[in-house]
Amino acid sequence: MPRNLGLRLGVVAVVLALSIWYLYPPKQRINLGLDLQGGIHLVLGVEADKHVSSQTERAAEDLKNGLERKGVGVKRVAREGLSTIVVDLANATNWNDALTVAAEFSSFEVRDRDEKAGRFTLVMRDRVVAQLRDDAVRQGVETIRNRVDQFGVAEPTITRQGTDRILIQLPGVQDPERAKALIGKTALLEFRLLDEQTSPEQALAGRLPEGSEILYQRRTDKETKVERKVPYVVQKRTLLTGAELTRAEVQADPNSPGNWQVAIEFTATGTRIFGEVTEANVGKHLAIILDGSLYSAPRINERIPGGRAVVTGQFTVEEARDLAIVLRAGALPAPVTILEERTVGPSLGADSIRQGMIAIVGSAAAVFVFMLIYYRLSGLIADVALVLNLIILLACMAAFGATLTLPGIAGIALTIGMAVDTNVLIFERIREERRLGKTVRSAIEAGFARALRTIIDTHLTVMVTAGILYNFGTGPVKGFAVSLFVGLAASLFTAYFFTRLLFDLVYTRRRKVEALSI
Amino acid sequence: MIEIFKTPNYNFIGRRRWAYLVSLVIMVIGLGSLATRGLKYDIDFTGGSLVQVRFEKTPAIADVRRALSRINLGDAIIQEFGTSREYIIRVSLGAAGASEELGPKIEKALAAEPVLGKPEIRRVEFVGPQVGRDLQWQAVQAVLYGLIGILVYIAWSFKSVRGGVAAIVAVFHDVIVCLGALSIAGREFSLPVLAALLTIIGYSVNDTIVAYDRLRENRAKLGTRGKTFAQQMNDAINQTLSRTILTALTVFLSTAILLFFGGKTLEDFAFVLFIGVITGTYSTIYVAGAIVVDWTTWVEGRIRRGKKAVAKA
Repeated sequence: MPRNLGLRLGVVAVVLALSIWYLYPPKQRINLGLDLQGGIHLVLGVEADKHVSSQTERAAEDLKNGLERKGVGVKRVAREGLSTIVVDLANATNWNDALTVAAEFSSFEVRDRDEKAGRFTLVMRDRVVAQLRDDAVRQGVETIRNRVDQFGVAEPTITRQGTDRILIQLPGVQDPERAKALIGKTALLEFRLLDEQTSPEQALAGRLPEGSEILYQRRTDKETKVERKVPYVVQKRTLLTGAELTRAEVQADPNSPGNWQVAIEFTATGTRIFGEVTEANVGKHLAIILDGSLYSAPRINERIPGGRAVVTGQFTVEEARDLAIVLRAGALPAPVTILEERTVGPSLGADSIRQGMIAIVGSAAAVFVFMLIYYRLSGLIADVALVLNLIILLACMAAFGATLTLPGIAGIALTIGMAVDTNVLIFERIREERRLGKTVRSAIEAGFARALRTIIDTHLTVMVTAGILYNFGTGPVKGFAVSLFVGLAASLFTAYFFTRLLFDLVYTRRRKVEALSI
Repeated sequence: MIEIFKTPNYNFIGRRRWAYLVSLVIMVIGLGSLATRGLKYDIDFTGGSLVQVRFEKTPAIADVRRALSRINLGDAIIQEFGTSREYIIRVSLGAAGASEELGPKIEKALAAEPVLGKPEIRRVEFVGPQVGRDLQWQAVQAVLYGLIGILVYIAWSFKSVRGGVAAIVAVFHDVIVCLGALSIAGREFSLPVLAALLTIIGYSVNDTIVAYDRLRENRAKLGTRGKTFAQQMNDAINQTLSRTILTALTVFLSTAILLFFGGKTLEDFAFVLFIGVITGTYSTIYVAGAIVVDWTTWVEGRIRRGKKAVAKA
């Protein structure tokens, strides 16, 4: 009677039960990759430097205001490069006051002091630059997650990848272009004043004051569908941004039938600033700018106290809805670009599943028949072990939340071929021992024992390569590595635990065994 | 009992000189093709865009080309893919049309040609230049670290650096054969093909280890019994021969089914495995085994000559 038969039966039963528990129902338990269920895979690159430069720009603006408040005459305060502010004073009389104001900007270091010329520069500290870069990506991930949640995608994956990349996976999305527009839009909403002193013609001729820039409004002609770009001269100074926004709702545009607009509502702070700005600039035009494009520039007729505004721009209802989503979710701290995109339509995914299944079932069937013919009863044992191997493999993938991709299916098909190697090694060894004249029982014993070392060596080397594949691979290669690795681990278990157990059950329990069907 | 070999005793190692010649010729052919025809890289590595379209009925390729010529895709490659109703359009990164908005652009252009019927965009891929470079680098790293991992494992497990190096040379041989075959067949080097290549590395080593293992076991159990190292290696190969052939057969069956029924997407992947199983089995005997034998014989010869020299003196 072999040792611990009951215990081993128990272990196998527990493993089988656990596997089935994890696996049931398989449709919900196994995560299908985007290549199988269809969807969008995007890798975005965050232009984190833009966040640094815009924060520097803002600090320059604050510094200028601070200096003016202190009564320091300022000739020029401007950002230069990524994170440097150059300060040119009108004269050197208020030098010390200027330095006191500058010292309040603790993110910056004062350098290149030149008292005679009334000039110094502020350079952002490296620590702060690194922090801002990191923030840009982290907040980007958060913002995109908010947008995707509001867009309504089941089980999206949005994670940071490396230092400045964001990986987004949206299973089952039907309209990739719309999703991409929604995710990739910076959605920086700004309110600025028009530069009423300069006409667009003057500006285009090159006479553009330093504090202003030219922005364009896109207008589509209703009849001809031709898009025109209308230039506006807009002050660079931002009075209010979308950060101070609490609500954004879609409404029908009362002035332009068939078009939609987005009504926004400001926070308490935003409401106060908006009130002040409108009060101070009655009669002027307020430009509403989204991502550097001007949408409208209505004339301020009176102070607007309620903290409400509308963004109009010949939107369809879908565009307006998406705009409302991105405004609610907030702007990305820095613009993003698409570095990699893979979109798979649902019909292609279904085809891939079908072909993958044919490949698995086909190769399993071929191997089954082969083993059965070649090793007879022992072949049957090996086949049963293979089935268990497959069940454990799928259960592990379900338990770890691993994703099954098309190359993953290929990995499984291959595992079947490799797992059978383990059994072949053992069976050939048992045959050899029998040829040496050993009894059935001791041949089995010796066969398993002798093959063990080889099997461990072969499995470990391939698992080493699978592990490396997982670490260096991306997407499809990773999926393949996962199923290969788990499949090999499962094969190690089934060969030594399960095949052996079946052999013991069939052969060694009987007192006398003459023939071995192998 | 069905047996392929009862107690095989083929003189594999004795014929290794011929095998070196065969290996050399195959490698020269493979390298020659790689040098002249080169490898076609998929957009995974070069960067670029790919759009897979299915039409309602089999279109004339001239119509497809005409429809697409209107949107100026540069040197776009238009190929049938799998069935006659499906096409793949590849646009390189530099081309005017390569952008992430390619999918809808192509759909519109194709829909504008009424002969073609309604096109269905089934897959859109865009790989930017940075990502392509990263993936190239990752591929090189994966292969390199894979080889180092194997070398270290064999050197440790068998206490034999020679064995490890020979196994790596065998793996190199297999990789070159597979890449050469890929180049000759005009198939593409893509991410899944890389995965297949790494699997073959694993398979080839797996096979080599079985033979080494038998050698180690025999030497530990029986000693050398006056046999030369070449004979010992030959015995080990013969003793594991039926297993080698059986496993090669089953894996071969699996990959053949993958190749013929796994669909177009997996075809290149399966092709590499298909070639790899054959060369992986061959290289165990005639590259890894042969090199270990010649290396060991050479080292032992030097030691003997060294001893003689000492005795003379």
